[in-house]
Amino acid sequence: MSTRKKARDIFSSPIASAVAVIIAILWTIPTFGLLVSSIRPEKDINNSGWWTFFTNPSFTLENYGQVLFMGSTTNPPLAQFFFNSFALTIPAVVFPITLALFAAYALAWFNFKGKDTIFFIIFGLQVVPLQLTLIPLLQLFSKGLVIGDTVIIPDLGITGTFIPIWIAHTIFGLPLAIFLLHNFLSQIPKELIEAARVDGANWFTLFSKIILPLSVPAIASFSIFQFLWVWNDLLVGLTFGGGVKQVAPLTVRIAEMVGSRGSGWELLTAGAFVSMVVPLIVFFALQRYFVRGLLAGSVKG
Amino acid sequence: MINTAFLAARKTPWEVIFPNLILLIVSLAAFAAVIYLVFLLASRVNVRVQEWLKYAVFLAPAVLFLLIGLVYPTLRTLVMSFMNADSTEFVGLDNYVWSFTIPEILIVLRNTAVWVLAVPTLSTIIGLSIAYLTDRMKRPGVVKSLIFLPMAISFVGAGVIWKFVYNYQPNPDKPDIGLFSAISKAFGMDPPNWLLEAPGNTLLLILVMIWIQTGFAMVVLSAAMKNVPDEVVEAAMLDGAGNWQRFIRVTVPMIRSTIIVVLTTTAIGTLKVFDIVRTMTGGNFETNVIANEMYSQSFRQMNYGQGSALAVILLVCVLPIIAYNIRQLRRERAER
Repeated sequence: MSTRKKARDIFSSPIASAVAVIIAILWTIPTFGLLVSSIRPEKDINNSGWWTFFTNPSFTLENYGQVLFMGSTTNPPLAQFFFNSFALTIPAVVFPITLALFAAYALAWFNFKGKDTIFFIIFGLQVVPLQLTLIPLLQLFSKGLVIGDTVIIPDLGITGTFIPIWIAHTIFGLPLAIFLLHNFLSQIPKELIEAARVDGANWFTLFSKIILPLSVPAIASFSIFQFLWVWNDLLVGLTFGGGVKQVAPLTVRIAEMVGSRGSGWELLTAGAFVSMVVPLIVFFALQRYFVRGLLAGSVKG
Repeated sequence: MINTAFLAARKTPWEVIFPNLILLIVSLAAFAAVIYLVFLLASRVNVRVQEWLKYAVFLAPAVLFLLIGLVYPTLRTLVMSFMNADSTEFVGLDNYVWSFTIPEILIVLRNTAVWVLAVPTLSTIIGLSIAYLTDRMKRPGVVKSLIFLPMAISFVGAGVIWKFVYNYQPNPDKPDIGLFSAISKAFGMDPPNWLLEAPGNTLLLILVMIWIQTGFAMVVLSAAMKNVPDEVVEAAMLDGAGNWQRFIRVTVPMIRSTIIVVLTTTAIGTLKVFDIVRTMTGGNFETNVIANEMYSQSFRQMNYGQGSALAVILLVCVLPIIAYNIRQLRRERAER
């Protein structure tokens, strides 16, 4: 530690630090410009650069009020999409993590043939592009699965609800979640598991009494990861939401606002910030866990 | 007339939210209840039943989801890529011939290649440099957080942020609201209509992705740098290696495997990028990429054959990475 510190002192150069600070400022300017713009009155945003705010400040929350609570004849207000994003994200985090923890437990601690093969396949599935699954999966939701004349999965009539989006996110989140949690669970000391088995714990009590409490940190790390991923996703929400506004997340609505000419910058900047505020809070509050999750597995399909 | 009908038919937000909220609560409660019951029952049956029940409870759900949700659809897409638009008859290689001959699609393929080459290389180089610069800083926290921050922003949000930066003011008498235009004018240049003019517009979209991915590269590489033993660095210093030499000869080779992980991960993410292009240009003005064209072909044109063929091309691009990753994992496991 002390050599490390010494080496650092010798290395640290004011020029390097200055360069790093300048890069960080450059990196932040675009986001900062959006944030400043979102609190300027409509007339100002569209007629002067946001940087003039500092010489000629005028402040309003009207853009946020309008975009959040005033819908149009065809579009509900963002508040509703804000709710949708939450309603989409919570199960899309809870479901895959639960199933993944189960599978990771089985793959790490059960002894059965083909264990490694299953693990490698799951590992490989991590990077399969989502695009490959969209059409067939969408048809599964809308028509069920029929091979020949045998109905394997009937049409469940769930199109246009949250359910297909939850299931799709669960499926897409599973491979990475299983991989990460498996890495974590397989590091639990063997003696601990064996001692519990000798004490008469069955596989189910072993899970709830030992595995689950021990994996809380890993679950926390991955939850943040999955939360940000689902909240920020556009492709899955767009494809599996069936174009229904009642279930569309914020990202879908914001993307639509950018595309349509009707929305001016005053609404777009405020709307974009509304969609960013939750991930930003999560990011700043839990950055350490997020980084930990990121480092544990930097491959995501 | 139509408008009033619309108004009458439109539900208030609460009328939409309320049933959705009920569905959310019921679903979460049902999920928890099922698991609780299964555990309760499973721990009461005799040991022999438990031996197979444990597979049914712990392993089967995830495996079934993956089989039905990932493996089957992938195979089905492979088949569909050899079929016509509504998957009613086989057309051989037609969809692939289409992919590699139609000029618009060739542009799509070219753009994707540029993305996949530029984004991983540049974001890794920039991320590596920042990691090296901040490795020696006393308090790198804020600097790193700011560069890492775009990782938390959705591609759609990033699209809005940068569309604003690239805003073009066609009326010369009105002041610019886009940062790029304003800077160009300050330097006496006439700003182009940034997002409309190819091929520069593709580079501007790529810049957005680099802006997002650099933070990822920085965080992962900087963690790897912390693991470079001090003795090695000090030995290099004693040998008189300068800053640059120490970076190229010592740091980079020592974290080589992490650099490869960052490059491949970013490449995979870049191949699938769809939101940025869709939000910022809609794939127009020669900026389209495979992932976006796949979406348009499948869900706008409803041409499942061509959409599937494009998806398969994406898969073929990531296959070498999958193979490489599995080989690495095998090696790591063998060492353990």
